[in-house]
Amino acid sequence: MTVFLQYLVNGLSMGSVYAIIALGYTMVYGIAKMLNFAHGDVIMIGAYISFCVTSYLGLPAVVSVLAAVVVCTVLGILIERLAYKPLRQAGPLAVLITAIGVSYFLQNAAQLIWGATPKNFTSIVSFQVPAFLKAYNVSAVSLVTVVACLVIMAALMWFTGKTKMGKAMRACSEDKAAAQLMGINVNRTISMTFAIGSALAAIAGVLLCSYSPVLQPTTGSMPGIKAFTAAVFGGIGSIPGAFVGGILLGIIEAMAQAYISTSLANSIVFAVLIVVLLVKPAGLFGKYVPEKV
Amino acid sequence: MPQFLKNKKTRHDFVTYGLVILAFIVVSFMQANHMIPRMIAGQLVPICAYIVMAISLNLVVGVAGDLSLGHAGFMSVGAYTGIVAAMSLAEAVPNDGIRLVIALLVGAASAALAGFIIGIPVLRLSGDYLAIVTLAFGEIIKEVVTCLIVGVDERGIHALFNLTGKLTVDDLGLTETGFAIIKGAQGAAGTETISSFFAGFLLVMVALVVVLNLVRSRTGRAILAVRDNRIAAESVGISTTKYRMIAFVVSAALAGAAGALFGNSFSQLSATKFDFNMSILILVFVVLGGLGNMRGSIVAAAVLTILPEALRQFSDYRMLVYAIVLIIVMIATNNDTLKNLISRVLPKRTSLEEEVRADA
Amino acid sequence: MSSLTGTFNPVMNRRSVIAGVAGLGATSILAGCSDSASEGGSGASDGAAFKIGAIGPLTGAAASYGNSVCNGVELGCKDFSTDEFPLTSKAEDDVADGEKSVNAFNSLADWGMQALVGPTTTGASIAVAEVANSDPKVFMMTPSASSPDVTANKTCVFQACFNDPNQGENAAVKLAEMFPDEKFVVFYNSGDPYSAGIRDAFVAKAAELKLEVVDEESFKDDSQTSFTNQLTKAKDAGATMIFAPIYYTPASVLLTNANEMGYEVKMMGCDGMDGILGVEGFDTSLAEGLFLMTPFSADEEKNADFVNAYKAAYDEVPDQFAADAYDAVHAIVMAMQEAGLAIDADPAEIAEKLPAAVTSIKVEGLTGTLTWNDKGEVEKDPMVYVIQDGKYVAA
Repeated sequence: MTVFLQYLVNGLSMGSVYAIIALGYTMVYGIAKMLNFAHGDVIMIGAYISFCVTSYLGLPAVVSVLAAVVVCTVLGILIERLAYKPLRQAGPLAVLITAIGVSYFLQNAAQLIWGATPKNFTSIVSFQVPAFLKAYNVSAVSLVTVVACLVIMAALMWFTGKTKMGKAMRACSEDKAAAQLMGINVNRTISMTFAIGSALAAIAGVLLCSYSPVLQPTTGSMPGIKAFTAAVFGGIGSIPGAFVGGILLGIIEAMAQAYISTSLANSIVFAVLIVVLLVKPAGLFGKYVPEKV
Repeated sequence: MPQFLKNKKTRHDFVTYGLVILAFIVVSFMQANHMIPRMIAGQLVPICAYIVMAISLNLVVGVAGDLSLGHAGFMSVGAYTGIVAAMSLAEAVPNDGIRLVIALLVGAASAALAGFIIGIPVLRLSGDYLAIVTLAFGEIIKEVVTCLIVGVDERGIHALFNLTGKLTVDDLGLTETGFAIIKGAQGAAGTETISSFFAGFLLVMVALVVVLNLVRSRTGRAILAVRDNRIAAESVGISTTKYRMIAFVVSAALAGAAGALFGNSFSQLSATKFDFNMSILILVFVVLGGLGNMRGSIVAAAVLTILPEALRQFSDYRMLVYAIVLIIVMIATNNDTLKNLISRVLPKRTSLEEEVRADA
Repeated sequence: MSSLTGTFNPVMNRRSVIAGVAGLGATSILAGCSDSASEGGSGASDGAAFKIGAIGPLTGAAASYGNSVCNGVELGCKDFSTDEFPLTSKAEDDVADGEKSVNAFNSLADWGMQALVGPTTTGASIAVAEVANSDPKVFMMTPSASSPDVTANKTCVFQACFNDPNQGENAAVKLAEMFPDEKFVVFYNSGDPYSAGIRDAFVAKAAELKLEVVDEESFKDDSQTSFTNQLTKAKDAGATMIFAPIYYTPASVLLTNANEMGYEVKMMGCDGMDGILGVEGFDTSLAEGLFLMTPFSADEEKNADFVNAYKAAYDEVPDQFAADAYDAVHAIVMAMQEAGLAIDADPAEIAEKLPAAVTSIKVEGLTGTLTWNDKGEVEKDPMVYVIQDGKYVAA
C-alpha cells in the first residue's frame, strides 16, 4: 500500500507539472485557435533563464523565477508578433508549420547560447518536508508544484471569469468577428493570451527542471507533447479540463511505469487518450459543438 | 496529339511523369560520370523514400483533407517488416532486386493493414482531434516496435514481444545458423543494404501513378467532395468514412513501401528514427510543396532533404538557418500583403495557376 | 473545433513552391560563401597534410559526447602532427542518427578524408561501418561505439573502446570481487545498444558468479528526465547497490532523484559515466563514493599534459570520449608509419594496408596500453575508480 501511495505521489507531482504546461496550451488554443508547438520550447527557455540567474548571478530562487517569467512573457509576445500575427488570415496548416519553425529556432538558438551539454538544474525549493510525508516520497518540489498548480488554475478561472480582459478573451474565443464589432481589440487580446501562456510556461519550466533536473535544448519537447495530450484529454480550451487532464496523465503514466511496463508507459498514456476521445470526442470537459448544416 | 492527351489533366499528369523520368536519367548519367559529389550520391535512395512519403501524405492531408501527424508510424511498420522479409529470404531468394521487390510488397501490405486497423477509430474523428490521435498512434507504433525482438533460423522466423524489457535475443532460442534481425529497442543492425536508386525511382513512379490515377478516378472525385464539404457529400449519398478510409489505407501502403526502401538502404535502423519529428518533417514537405500538388511534394522533399546537408558549412548555425528559412517561407507565401507585393513584382502567369489547380 | 483542417485552402499555388525554392536556393548560395568553420588541426594548411575525419553528434541531445570526441581528434591531430607527417582534421555533425551519419561520412569523403575517427554513437557507427567497408573503402576507427556489430565481418573497421559484452562481464567479475554481499539492481537504457549490450552480458555473468540481482529497471531516451518511479520499485525490491551501465547525463538525474527520495544506495557505472563531475550545476557531493569502470582518469599524473592542453583549448575537463578519440588518432599515426604509407596515400590503399599494421602495433595511450585483435576489437585493461573528494581514485 505504501508503495502504491508513493507511485501516486510521483504521478501527482509529474501530473501537476503537465497541468501547468497544459493550462498554457489550452489558453492559447482557446483564443488563438492554434496549436502552439513552440510552447514546449518556451518552457526550456524559462528554465535556462532561471538556471543562469541562480548559478551565474547567484541571486535567490524567487528572483530567478521572476526573471524567467519576464523573459518568457516578452518572448511569447515577440513570437506572436513576428511569426504568428502575419498569418492571422492564413490557413491553419501554415500556422502549424510556422509554429514548428519557431520551435526549431528556439531549440537551436538555445544550443548556440548555452551549448548542447546538459546542465543539472538545482531545485529551486529546498525546505525540509515533514517526516510523515517523506515516507510517501513527498519531496519539497512536489508540494510546491501541486500548490502552484492549484493557485494558477484558480487565478486563471478568476481572470477569465471576472476581469474585463478575461471576458474579452472569452468573447474572442467564441467569435472573433463579433468580438471586434463589440469594440474588443482582438489583436491585443491575442497578444495578452500569449503573454499569459508564456508566463505560465516559464513557471512550468522552473518546476519541471526542479523535478527532473536535466536541462538541455530539447528539454521541453516531450513534456510539451504530453501536456498537449493532457489538454486534449481534458477538452482543449477548458481550464479545469487542462488541470484534470494533466493530473490524470501524470498518474496514468506513473502507474503504467510501475505496474505494466516502463517501455510502454507512453503508449499506454496515448491509448487511454484515444479511448477517451472515441467515447467523448471533445475530451472530458470540452464542449461538443455540433456541425451546422 | 493522341486522343487521351487532349484532356488537360491527363496532359498535366504525363508531364509530371516525364519530368520525373528526365530527372532520373540526368542524375543517373551524372552519377555514372562521377559528376555529383558523394554526399549527394549517398542520399539518392533516402530522397526517393522521402518523395514517396511526401506523395502519400499529400494524399491524406492535401486530397482527403485529414491532418495526419503520425505518418512516420506507417513508414516504421513498412521498414521493419521489409527488413525482416529481405533478411529472412536472403538464402531463398539470392537476387537482390527480386528480394527488394518482395520486401517492398511486404512492407506495403503490412502498413496497409496497420492503416486499416488504425483508420477505424481515427476516421471517426476529424480536425485537431484526428491530428492528435494520429500523433498518438505514431508514438504507440514507435514504442511497440521497440519492444519487438525478431530472429530467423532454418526453422523459420521467431518473434518475441518484450513487455518487461528483460528479454534478449538469447530468449529467441535460435539455432547455430540463426541470427537476430531486430533487437528490440536497439533496432535492426547488420541489415544488408539492397536498396538502389533505380528501385527508388521505380517506387516514386508507382506512387505517382497510383495517387494521380486515384485522384482522377470516380473514387478520387468522391474523396475531393468529402474534403470540400463533408455534409454536402454525405447528403448526395457518398460514404465519407469509406472514401477517407481508401485514401488513408492507400497512403499507409505507399508509406510502408517507402519505409521498406529506406530500411533496406542502411545497415542499422532504430525505431526512434520514426518519431514525431519525422512525421513533421514529411508534413513540412507536403505543406511547402503545396497541398494536393504532387510535383510540389517531389521538389520540396528533394530540396529539403539536401538543404541541411548543403548547409553543413554553416556548422552550428545550419539548423537555425533552416528554421528561419521555414518561418520566412511560410509567412511570405501566406501573408496577403506580401503576396500582393510579390504578384505585383512578378509578371502575371494565370496559366500556371490553372495547371496547378488541375492537380488537385 | 476544427481549426487545423476546417478551412483548407485546397491548392497552395505553385508560386508558393517557387518562392520557397528561391528562398532556399538563396541560403545555399550564402552557405557557399561562408568559410568552413569546423576545419582544424595542424599548421600545415597548404593542403599537404594527412586528413582525418571525425563524426559525432554536435547538436541534439547527445551532443556533449560528440563534442568530446571531435575535440579529442582535433587535439590529437595537433599533438601528433610532425613536420614530416602533418595532420589536419575536420569534424561533421550526425545528430547521433544513422542516416545523418552516412551523410556526414560522404561529406568527409568528398573533402578527401584518408581515415575516420568516429562515429561516436553505436547505431550511427554500424550504419557508417557498412559504408566505410564497401568500395571505395575508408579506414575507420570508432573511439566510442562499443557494440560487436560495429566491427563484425568488416576488414577496415576498428574500435578504440571496450566492446559491450567484454565490459559487462568485467563489471560482473569486479563486483563479485568487491561487493559479493550486496543486492543489485541493474539500471539501463533499453533504447541504447551500448547500455542494453552491457546489461545483457552483465546479467548472464552475474548469474554465473551467483551475484544477487533483485531487480532490473530500464528507461528510454525520451523518458530519461525522472527516475523516481523506477527507484521506488528498486527500493521496494530491497536493492542496496545499483549497477548502471548508462551515460553520465541520466546518471546525474539518477543520483539526484535517489538523494531526493532519501534512498541510500551504492552505485557503479561504466565508462560512459566518466564526465559526471563535469555536468554543470550538478551537486558533485552526490557522486561521492560512486564507482566507475573506465579506462581513463583525468586525475592521473601521466595524463596531466593532455588534460591541461584540453582544458586550455576547450575549457573543460576531458572525459573518456575525448581520451579514446585522442588514442585513436595516436594509433592511426603509429600504424601509418608502421605500414610505411605516405602522407598522400589513397584512402582505399590505406584501408587495405592499415588494418594489418594496426594489429601489430602497441599504443601507450591515455586509456592504457592498447593492442588490437584481427576482429578489430581493442584489448586493454579495465580499471575501477571511485570518486573521493571530487577526484577519481583507483579502487
